[in-house]
Amino acid sequence: MNEISITHILFVSTALFFIGMYGLFTRRNMITMLMAVELILNSVNINFVAFNKYLYPGKLDGVFFTIFVITIAAAEAAVAIAIIINLYRSHNSIDVEDASELKY
Amino acid sequence: MNASVIIFYCIAAFILITGLLAVMGRKIFRSAIALLFSLTGIAGLYFWMDVNFIAAVQIIVYVGGIVVLIIFSIFLTQRSGEEMPKPLMKRTIFSVLAVLSGLGLTCNLINQYGFGSSSNQSAAFKADVADIGTQMLSTTEHGFVLPFELVSILLLAALIGCIVIAMKVKHEEK
Repeated sequence: MNEISITHILFVSTALFFIGMYGLFTRRNMITMLMAVELILNSVNINFVAFNKYLYPGKLDGVFFTIFVITIAAAEAAVAIAIIINLYRSHNSIDVEDASELKY
Repeated sequence: MNASVIIFYCIAAFILITGLLAVMGRKIFRSAIALLFSLTGIAGLYFWMDVNFIAAVQIIVYVGGIVVLIIFSIFLTQRSGEEMPKPLMKRTIFSVLAVLSGLGLTCNLINQYGFGSSSNQSAAFKADVADIGTQMLSTTEHGFVLPFELVSILLLAALIGCIVIAMKVKHEEK
């Protein structure tokens, strides 16, 4: 059995989550914001697997949650990219500051 | 300090460095490639945690699917050789402050909690593909067949939704 405690894995996933949050705050380009969201979802997946492995080793629930999160993330990325390409077709830009027609 | 510990810290450093490159790079294509390496490192972390099936799914879906989709959409919408504009200095400062305070708070909470010093290590963790498949499609008490079917409906809806959104609308004369 390896000697890394669950705390260190949670530190890694926390750092990855806040790296994703930084990307979401600073980027204004929709594709890079989508990439930041993918990083956040992956940090959550690491958490699920780590909790399952270290705290409830007899069960498999965290693994199932990870599988469902990956599936839904794939669907979300596909829909988001369809929206981005459609927005580019009508506005010639995928900057979020330029897509302000529904703002007020 | 055995080999497993060293491998864990190498994987963690790889994930975090490539993740930072993915959110801070000025060239969008390079940051997409950094995201690809970060996701591969996360798959390596799953291999390290002995969940081989999740690692395989991670490589297939994220590295093989989502990153390729992102790269395609970069090619369709961006001039990928150019640098993106820098974010505003004020926005950068406040995001760094918010992120660092959140990181400090969360790490402090995790450090204090302790997680019962992982006492119940007696049962070995085992995530066989056969067990996962059996429990996924079982209709008994701990089965996951209902969310499985819901996810299949969601995937169908996403498929049709993508086609409808990206379809070119023909303007017909009345």
